[in-house]
Amino acid sequence: MGKQELWKQIPTGGYSEQPGSTSLVRTGDWRSEVPVLEIERCTHCMICWIDCPDASFQVAESKLVGIDLDHCKGCGICVEVCPTKCIEMVPDTPGAGGVK
Amino acid sequence: MTTVEKKNIVAKSSASAINGGEAVALAMRQTNPEVVAAYPITPQTFIIEKFSEYVSDGEVNTEYINVESEHAAMSACIGACAAGGRAQTATSGPGLALMYETLWIASGMRLPIVLHLCSRSFSAPINILCDHSDVMAMREASWVMLAGSNPQEAYDQALIAPTIAENPRVKLPTTNVLDGFTVTHSVERVDSLPDEVAKEFIGEWEPDQWALEPGSQATFGALDANDYYFEHKRQQVEALDQAELVVKAQLSKFGEISGRKMSVIETYLMDDAEIAMLVLGSSEGMVRAAIDLARKDGIKVGMVRIRLLRPFPVHDLREILTGISAVGVLDRAIAFGAPGNGLVLDVSTATRTMNPRPLLANYVYGLGGRATPKQQFREAISDVVKVAETGQEPMKPEYLGLK
Repeated sequence: MGKQELWKQIPTGGYSEQPGSTSLVRTGDWRSEVPVLEIERCTHCMICWIDCPDASFQVAESKLVGIDLDHCKGCGICVEVCPTKCIEMVPDTPGAGGVK
Repeated sequence: MTTVEKKNIVAKSSASAINGGEAVALAMRQTNPEVVAAYPITPQTFIIEKFSEYVSDGEVNTEYINVESEHAAMSACIGACAAGGRAQTATSGPGLALMYETLWIASGMRLPIVLHLCSRSFSAPINILCDHSDVMAMREASWVMLAGSNPQEAYDQALIAPTIAENPRVKLPTTNVLDGFTVTHSVERVDSLPDEVAKEFIGEWEPDQWALEPGSQATFGALDANDYYFEHKRQQVEALDQAELVVKAQLSKFGEISGRKMSVIETYLMDDAEIAMLVLGSSEGMVRAAIDLARKDGIKVGMVRIRLLRPFPVHDLREILTGISAVGVLDRAIAFGAPGNGLVLDVSTATRTMNPRPLLANYVYGLGGRATPKQQFREAISDVVKVAETGQEPMKPEYLGLK
């Protein structure tokens, strides 16, 4: 059989002792659209940051500074909740998306 | 070790006349799980009706969750158990079907939930009565499955189930099968253990890891995909192998305390038997009666009853069937389109490398609550005698009492 028999060594039941390890994995590679945020019109109200089902809105010193496109799934919830309508979805092509 | 064990005396039990559902509820009261989440369905209703009385009377500390469906019932148990609490539920037939997805999540997450399954047929046509369609439908879900045959066993197994599920070598959910109506609704004498003896037998559960543990940062139920899913399933195979040993140990330990000896496979008149009838669940009584009739006619027939359906006790069965020329396997469910019905497939696979192996004949009986009188089992025994004499093994089942 296998040299190491890894199945005997890993934790049972899919239990993970390293929570948050998803940040190490690029999970945003199956979307069809990405959000583009026009920073000039953004009021930094943080509603998109709260409502994002992932944790894709990046904040520094109480200001919205970027979108984590490695983890954004392209769901578009941020577009729906943005009060200033400064976010729109565009086709996911190379270089598309993020804060402009 | 309990003091009861040390002194090696049988605990003083109290007898009461209750039905199988109330017997399970009584065991649940003594277990006092942190959470019970259930949805009412006939014929399981006695269990949760009686248990919710215990809750409202303050006899247990259980959080009783009146959920909106069986899918929610098992989901609530999964959450409670992952959080570190004992969780139990009960259901029947269509209810089990509705919780089917979550049965696999409970076992895949290795959560020692206890489910009391009051066997019932699947609709349509609509039928609320007993057969084993639901029991057979959960065999592959990686649950330990114990099937009793009367209210006493329903009580005993209800107390034993958590001790199997929570064993660190097992960590798998466990189901206590009691036949709908014939066990759930039948009032019989049930000897119950004193509360303190039952509590000591069940003990405390100390999970390896639990979500509400102070300081815990673990993730439960995360995505596994093609990275480690295969390995986690292999672990479940190992856990079920271990479960067979743990079940035997716990049945034996419980037997010492209660004075009621139980085995993974129960037998009747097998010592000098030449042929056997193999059964699951409460039809044991009628099969025994049919065997008594056949014995009067000089037929050396015995009975084999499978208590531990999963993991299937292959080696014990092969030992019991050694020297037996033919077995009549009694299935109370049809495996539609399969080369054989549930029990006969199991028995056939378990005995296929025996040399010589017993010839197998399959009988379907009792679907949708149809009563099977002892005369019909007696006729099946005559049929098995013919199989043994002629060596002709039938490929297709016979249907007992089919109109």
